Amino acid sequence: MSRFVELCEDLIGRVPEGLEAQASFRANRKALTRFANSSIHQNVQEEGGVLTLDIVDGGRPARSSTTLTDSDSLDRLVTSAVTAAGLSPVDEDWTGFAPHSDISDVHHHDPETASADPDERAAVVADFISAGPGLSAAGYCDTAEEIMAVANHRGLRYEGRATSAALDGIHQTGSSAGKAHRGSRSLAALDGLEAGEEAAGIARASMGAVDVEPGSYEVILRPNCVATIGAFVGLYAFGGKAASEGRTRAVPGTAQFDRKISIRDDVTDPVALGLPIDWQGTPKRPVELITNGVSRGFVHDRRTAARMGVASTGHDWEYSAWFGPAPTNIFVEGGDSSEAEMIASIERGLLVTEFNYCRILDPTTLYVTGLTRNGTFLIEEGKVTHAVSNLRFTESFFDVLRQGNVLALGDDARLADSEYGPGMVHAPTMHLASWNFTGGAKG
Amino acid sequence: MFEISAAAVEGALSAGATYADARTVVARHQRLGAADGRIEGIVEDEKAGVGVRALIGSSWGFYAVNDFGKAREAGERAVAIAKASARVPGRPLPLADIPIVETAYATPVLENPFGVGIGEKADLLVRVTSEMLDAPGISRTSGKLEFWDTDKWFVSSQGHRIHQNIVESGCGMDALAIGEGESQVRSYPQSFGQYETGGFEVIRKWDLPGHVGRVAEEAAALLSADHCPSGVTDVVLEGSQLALQIHESVGHAIELDRILGWEAAYAGTSFLDLDQLGSLRYGSELMNIHADATIPGALGTFGFDDEGTPAQRVPIVQEGTWVGVLSGRDTASIAGLPPGGMVRADGYARIPMVRMTNVGLEPGPHSLEEIISDTRAGILMDTNRSWSIDDRRLNFQFGCEVGWLIKDGRLGRMLKNPTYTGITPQFWGSMDRLAGGDEWVHWGTPNCGKGQPGQVGHTGHSAAPARFHDVRVGVLG
Repeated sequence: MSRFVELCEDLIGRVPEGLEAQASFRANRKALTRFANSSIHQNVQEEGGVLTLDIVDGGRPARSSTTLTDSDSLDRLVTSAVTAAGLSPVDEDWTGFAPHSDISDVHHHDPETASADPDERAAVVADFISAGPGLSAAGYCDTAEEIMAVANHRGLRYEGRATSAALDGIHQTGSSAGKAHRGSRSLAALDGLEAGEEAAGIARASMGAVDVEPGSYEVILRPNCVATIGAFVGLYAFGGKAASEGRTRAVPGTAQFDRKISIRDDVTDPVALGLPIDWQGTPKRPVELITNGVSRGFVHDRRTAARMGVASTGHDWEYSAWFGPAPTNIFVEGGDSSEAEMIASIERGLLVTEFNYCRILDPTTLYVTGLTRNGTFLIEEGKVTHAVSNLRFTESFFDVLRQGNVLALGDDARLADSEYGPGMVHAPTMHLASWNFTGGAKG
Repeated sequence: MFEISAAAVEGALSAGATYADARTVVARHQRLGAADGRIEGIVEDEKAGVGVRALIGSSWGFYAVNDFGKAREAGERAVAIAKASARVPGRPLPLADIPIVETAYATPVLENPFGVGIGEKADLLVRVTSEMLDAPGISRTSGKLEFWDTDKWFVSSQGHRIHQNIVESGCGMDALAIGEGESQVRSYPQSFGQYETGGFEVIRKWDLPGHVGRVAEEAAALLSADHCPSGVTDVVLEGSQLALQIHESVGHAIELDRILGWEAAYAGTSFLDLDQLGSLRYGSELMNIHADATIPGALGTFGFDDEGTPAQRVPIVQEGTWVGVLSGRDTASIAGLPPGGMVRADGYARIPMVRMTNVGLEPGPHSLEEIISDTRAGILMDTNRSWSIDDRRLNFQFGCEVGWLIKDGRLGRMLKNPTYTGITPQFWGSMDRLAGGDEWVHWGTPNCGKGQPGQVGHTGHSAAPARFHDVRVGVLG
């Protein structure tokens, strides 16, 4: 047994008899090398972990955590949680801790990435910068190892490890920018030079941007845009909290989207990142959210599952109590079209590299406003003719996936960056018949 | 605890740092949430550790560890990280001079928030969420209380030894009405809750139970309200919405690290150019903005920032002209400006960076009642619901929870889904009426995201209701 599971067992062993208890330890080794103006200006690393104790005293729950793991701190943690639970009201939705169960055997850990040093990250950054001579580069390269151990009074014992690495950067001319993003469980998989060339190419192509009038345009959305759509749809339309509170328009078993649209959450996919267990100790189960345009199911934690009379899908996370369970390994299925083929098929439309600052206007209709960023282009008669100034859009992320509006999906699905961060959505380029831009560069 | 920070600094100096500082932090946090008359979560957490920052040439190296026994090693590792940055060097980072002090600061607290029993706190949330849920037309309710008690021991290689104890308290509640394919919400005191430095007296002052009836009634009424019309009209913003407008279109734009390009890839840059400092027209003559970390009770108030620079009141916009920035020792030195004492970190494990303090709009001569009486046609918008702004802080769109038509100096019918959009200098240039007096409030924003790895900042924004001319409203797809 690992020392982290032993630490959790030590903690629950200190809890007075008769109380339900679960201890979890989430250890992190995170490092991030940040660059701007084509030089590394911030370079950080942290090592540590958070030990969390959940106590339930006669249906009254409380959670306490600490970053300190000496014996006195463990005793203080128990006292804090037990005191809080004793004073808490009974939670009528309490469903008990997760029992021991089989957990998917995923392999999202790369030892070399776990021990990567700052020189290795700096080398990736140097490659990215070198791909854009004469341009100004900014972004980051990071590596992380996440370790989670958990033990509870129902016999659950688990420890898992996962790694992640990302390179995210822009190249800038004096008047434009282009972005590239790469994500993997392995730092070795990140090609700084290739990503830098992509960003530099977009930046140079974005020079001399012209203003276009807001309005409805046929659009090609590159993977980072589609990842943001996938993240919003996953959380707001297919999250268990929204479902249990009647705040979603998604109706399982109903054809609500274009037949080309299939979205699933699947930590067992070989390219997924993260651990196969949630914060409540429930194994993460693959969940079909949309299959060939038909809404299928919701992601749940134990609380929302109990409310809806189903089993938890293992999607509890740190802030589930406030925001509800969330899908974090979303796969928007790709197609067989290339970006060039999509461009060639458009009489007049826009090509968008990235969204920026997307915010929900209404979580039920999923109306979102945001802007384009780091490379937006006008397509005329099957060709990219101009770079265009950034535009603001106001659009329903639910409705844009409607039957007939999805014209093609790209063959370029990848782990993309999203409004909610990198690594949680695998997405392709998407060709849509219409998209509402509601403001131009001048408002 | 000073010895832990000192060990980290010594480790960094011995490894070759030209400058180093360290913060040993013990932060206690408590959050209670309730929904529909039931407690949904009681969470207490303690984050303790030491973070050390080492400067070599052009780059900071930063290392954080939660094992106090590894403080010296953390300093050495920070230097190794800074040295790795030399593979991609920039120009040297000078540090602006600041006073070297050994001192202490503590938030004035009348009632220790951790001394108030969880039972009393839970009862308050259960009561307000139950009462709102009992109101006609309300489907869901929620409420929260949140408290921090943070001790920081700061030591620098230049001789600083500063202990600070910062106490913060916040509360909020909302009522949700769900209709046919839509949901409408009303919140109090504002959409994220109201947060201040201080103790449980903050919670008592905002009196959640006293506002249950109005909040629930307005949320239910929104379902049958008319949609906000589309067009161009005068807009009157209530104070908390104006506070967020300040945060997004002034506070972030004046961050010197953004202006210098340090945040270009993520948070973005700024439409401001240092060549325009002292001459750029930011808004109308009614626009006077300060960054003031000394306001008693405001959320962005402290004694010293996380570089040891004393809290200051710095003019940012004077009678509509841009005159100041938010800065730290390195950014200020590069720009040739005095350091503003505006560098803070989100806990021990994050590197300090330029952060808003209390970036607020000075009060004006009017009242909300006078502004409405003086408006022939317009819309009053209240309480933020959504916010979005571009990476240069120019093109923004905000949505509010509720609006009311103003016609011939009187408030008219309620409006749902009110939104407005604009371009920063034009919008502020159109401000022609500004309230003050008791309507000037030090609003707190507890959720300001910035940096990579991500950091959450706590900022303050003093504001009172104001009127803006010819604003585009009612923007939906």
